[in-house]
Amino acid sequence: MTDTTQTPPVSVFHRFKRSPFAKFEFVAGATLTCILTLLVLFSGILFPGGGTEVNLLARLSEPFQSWANPLGTDPLGRDILARIVHGGRISLTVGLLSALGSVVVGTVIGLYAGYYRGFLDSFVMRFADVQLALPFILLAITVIAIVGPGIDRIIILMIVSQWVQYARLVRGSVLSLRQREFVQAAVSYGLPNWKIIFSHILPNAMGPLVILLTLNVANNILLESSLTFLGLGADPQTPSWGGMLSEGRSYIQTAWWITVFPGIAIMLTVLGLNLLGDWLRDELDPLGKTR
Amino acid sequence: MPVFRFILQRVFQAVLVTLAVTLFVAFAVRLTGDPAVMLTAESASVTEEDLVRIRDALGLNQPFYAQYFDFIKSLVTFDLGNSFFRGSIRDLIAIALPSTVLLAVASMGISILISIPLGIHAALHKGGISDQIIRVLSLVGLSFPNFWLGIMFVLLLSITFPILPASGFETWSALILPALTIGIILTATNVRLVRTQMLETLSQQYVMVARAKGLNERSVIYKHALRNAAIAIVTFLGLQFGNLIGGLVVVELVFNWPGMGTLSIEAIAQRDYPLLQSTVSILAIMIVAVNLAVDLVYGLIDPRIRVA
Repeated sequence: MTDTTQTPPVSVFHRFKRSPFAKFEFVAGATLTCILTLLVLFSGILFPGGGTEVNLLARLSEPFQSWANPLGTDPLGRDILARIVHGGRISLTVGLLSALGSVVVGTVIGLYAGYYRGFLDSFVMRFADVQLALPFILLAITVIAIVGPGIDRIIILMIVSQWVQYARLVRGSVLSLRQREFVQAAVSYGLPNWKIIFSHILPNAMGPLVILLTLNVANNILLESSLTFLGLGADPQTPSWGGMLSEGRSYIQTAWWITVFPGIAIMLTVLGLNLLGDWLRDELDPLGKTR
Repeated sequence: MPVFRFILQRVFQAVLVTLAVTLFVAFAVRLTGDPAVMLTAESASVTEEDLVRIRDALGLNQPFYAQYFDFIKSLVTFDLGNSFFRGSIRDLIAIALPSTVLLAVASMGISILISIPLGIHAALHKGGISDQIIRVLSLVGLSFPNFWLGIMFVLLLSITFPILPASGFETWSALILPALTIGIILTATNVRLVRTQMLETLSQQYVMVARAKGLNERSVIYKHALRNAAIAIVTFLGLQFGNLIGGLVVVELVFNWPGMGTLSIEAIAQRDYPLLQSTVSILAIMIVAVNLAVDLVYGLIDPRIRVA
């Protein structure tokens, strides 16, 4: 964003001709993400039972044997495919809400800290040091042990611990943008500070933010599945990918499909987002601020 | 900045971070309510005097700052007191900490062995087929939960083809699967790191000079470029240590590895807060210490860093 030699605007699709790999990343990432979003949005129509219908006669059926349970069933005879589709709700909700919450809090604080400096600025930098020393899983273990498990707590914890990544990123952009001519010009016109911040600085700081947001959603889906696997996340009654993995673990000797398919669902989802994030990085951040 | 001031400043920062983290952990644990009531929740015949005696023994009737001070003192002297149910915390950690360090070092080793050659290869063939394959593979590696990879390894190499043990600590072969699991996850990040750093170093002028002198490509890459890239790579590896510890916590549980992660999860299950407070604090202090060490070494090797 800070390059001084202005390249003429090139359409996104024109770039595909230059790099077939970028095209592959975009198409694969967008396809995976769209399919997943559609499945989750229409999960109630596709599988009205909610993946919780018990059928003890069909317990532990193997996958690829019948149309009724294409991916097999679990020890209670519940359909694995239906549970995966419904489980996607929790993953997507946690991923999206936590990242959106962090980006809002982090951007506001980062804009303020970068523009006005002062106490908040040093607070952001010190908080970042502390966050580095306390990985999210450790923080979650400590807090969840006290407040009890639940995805609402996990979302809040993610925002509390991750806003600082955005704040640091925005702060950095603001510091360099403040030196640019167009911002200096706006200052000399006598524009009010809030107008400079929101109409001149923020739009130019968006690129890296969008990249970080995409990768953050992906990473938080992984973190949520880890916490639910540890029994610190989603309620075991509702289907969730981490929960299915932890149930399936005790049947790993005899029924591999309970553990394999939810893991593949996580992988495809997160891979889709990572591909999109990687593609966005090449498009929006050629200088590599978000690396 | 003179070396001495640089060291002092970084150590001071690290101490501040440690205090902040332990304060947070102690405060969070303190919010749990009255441990004396929780401890005795199971037994029916608890009198008020019993509760008072338990609070006395645990030091719970002291103000928070006194308890926090005691906790810091116990961390410094490594005299961590007793857990609720399992005896001396020091004894428990004396077993768990070395297992975790062993696993961390083994995984980091595996990851370095894979990612440095692959990263260099990708950087040298930038934009080529092998670079793109490595890039996609590393994206795939970033896309599944580490514990699931562990379970898949167990499924493949312990159940379908019973070659390696799925859990335990008794034999060296038990180390292979957990170390491989975390090692591969770390590799996904590290390959990209090595590639970026190598590309950056290879574009420097001293590399051009080395080539212009007519040195052969091997010595340009390994003697001139890699050595310079290594400094930045080591720093990033140090910064990654926190992620490594976070990953270990979950993977240890999958393989029943008797480390700090398993100990912490067991402490949660038993609501053993003194034990949990100690394990989490010690892990956080380890992360601060590793980051400090990397920072110092980096600053001492490369004087340019001290300015920033």
